[in-house]
Amino acid sequence: MKRVIVIAGHYGSGKTELAVSLAMQLAAEEKKDFPRLSVVDLDIANPYFRSRERMQLLREHHVSLYADAFESTGTTAELPALTAALRAPLEDEGCRTIIDLGGNDAGARVLRQFGKYFEGDGHELWAVVNFRRYETRTVEAARAHVDAIAAELQLEVTGLVNNTHLLRETTPEIIREGYTLAAQLSAEMRKPLIHTCYPAGIIAPGALQGIPSLMPLGLYMRPAYLDK
Amino acid sequence: MTTDKVLMKGNEAFAEAAIRGGARLYFGYPITPQSEVPEYMSRELPKHGGVFIQAESELGAINMAYGAGAAGGSVFISSSSPGIALMQEGMSFLCSAEVPLLALNVSRGGPGIGGIQPGQADYYQVTRGGGNGDYRIPVFAPSSIQEAVDLLYEGTELAQTWRNPIMVLADGMIGQMMEPVRLPDFKPVYQPHEIAAHRDWACTGYADRGGDQNRRVVKSLRMQPEKLEEHVENLFKKYDRAEKELVRYESENLNGADVVFVAFGTTARICREACEILAAEGVKAGLIRPISLWPFPNKAFDEIDFGTTKAVVAAELSMGQMITDVRLALNGRLPAFLAHRTGGMVPTSPEVAARAKAVLEGLK
Repeated sequence: MKRVIVIAGHYGSGKTELAVSLAMQLAAEEKKDFPRLSVVDLDIANPYFRSRERMQLLREHHVSLYADAFESTGTTAELPALTAALRAPLEDEGCRTIIDLGGNDAGARVLRQFGKYFEGDGHELWAVVNFRRYETRTVEAARAHVDAIAAELQLEVTGLVNNTHLLRETTPEIIREGYTLAAQLSAEMRKPLIHTCYPAGIIAPGALQGIPSLMPLGLYMRPAYLDK
Repeated sequence: MTTDKVLMKGNEAFAEAAIRGGARLYFGYPITPQSEVPEYMSRELPKHGGVFIQAESELGAINMAYGAGAAGGSVFISSSSPGIALMQEGMSFLCSAEVPLLALNVSRGGPGIGGIQPGQADYYQVTRGGGNGDYRIPVFAPSSIQEAVDLLYEGTELAQTWRNPIMVLADGMIGQMMEPVRLPDFKPVYQPHEIAAHRDWACTGYADRGGDQNRRVVKSLRMQPEKLEEHVENLFKKYDRAEKELVRYESENLNGADVVFVAFGTTARICREACEILAAEGVKAGLIRPISLWPFPNKAFDEIDFGTTKAVVAAELSMGQMITDVRLALNGRLPAFLAHRTGGMVPTSPEVAARAKAVLEGLK
């Protein structure tokens, strides 16, 4: 895995859950190449459910979180005002950095102003797909979103992440259906399928035998009362 | 054919449900936390032969809705709290002129411009109205995205049947969260040239009918007080019928309950978790969940087990507005207390459970 991981995808594909889960997993590992770990929340499209809402949890696990210019004031404005401080993890060669973009090509656009940090090959761009989202139910529709995001960013997508799920109603069959479609998308786009995600605590990995590169996701962003 | 279960954000699902339910005209102005609705409509409505117009303001939007509705169009509008406040004058005019409209309020914290986090402090606004005169608007408050989808799907037809605005009040959390939903099939819609025949009051199709004797008039001005009084009394015959026919609610675990929560929308979900917390501590808690806020489900309160229940706790994202209707419904039979946060803050279920326990302790 390269130093900088950019996570992009359709609205509600699960970018933020993936970013927070990945950060928590990396935080638990021994940090050899990159002694520091950061999450950069570049979601300026969504007013709720942003990774900055889990700032305290991440900081408790020694993950730095960079978000908007109002961080210190507790303001929830969804203004496109970023803090200059978020260039620090991009410039710090000793800091592994996970970038959580906003949804769709429109939400991803904000990364363009940081283009100089993506001229080399020190980064990966992951496109997250959920084939149970209404607007990305087919390989064709999912591909259109991935292509639009890559075109907007003027960066190459380096891999796909299958995050097909229905929250707490996810079944192993739903993940398998998603995997079949993701494998097809991967072959069509000639992009590797980096991970297939599953909601930890809801699905046991044993039920997903045969699916490579499984990655558990915690439901960090979802308060329990939303499933009552 | 309904769809398989798909994962949707509340606002996207609201917009799609309105289209599937037959809404073909949308006028709006963006405001958080519902801006995904106009965004979705601008993209999707034209694909179904509909028209999206971004108005210059919410005042423009509601008056476009008035005009298009008077012409027999199936209109859907949406906004959030301060935007709905701007539309209140129009709501009164639509009620007076008996113009159908499906309206959605994805509410946030107030007063004033307030904030963008979820709120329920629009309860008085939507159930009492900020417009002038004697009028009523049926209001439904879903507590899940599926329920919101079903209400908005039904809403266009309800508005046409009752010839009145119908409001769906979904707080910001329901608008912004994601949930698996099944989308119902597309309802058939009238083509513009078919409207006059099916909506015999609508100001359209005059050229085909010919002659002044067939003129249709939609208006709210009545300068003879006798005529205005007669008109308002007729409106209230309709509202009296609505008070019987549009009451909707759910009640859970009322038998043998020590305490009963009353909550709608997001707060009802928090109360459900609070009931589980209390059960683990040996306190039996029930829940009345109003779905129709006007008409308020007074009869749900007759189901309370008055032999065991000591108190009612209204849980709200406001300083306490629905509790007024709760007290009217209880009519002195039990004391009502409040569990609340406001300004966009959402109470946790342990907080709500602790409040109920403290209320019971205080009554000992």
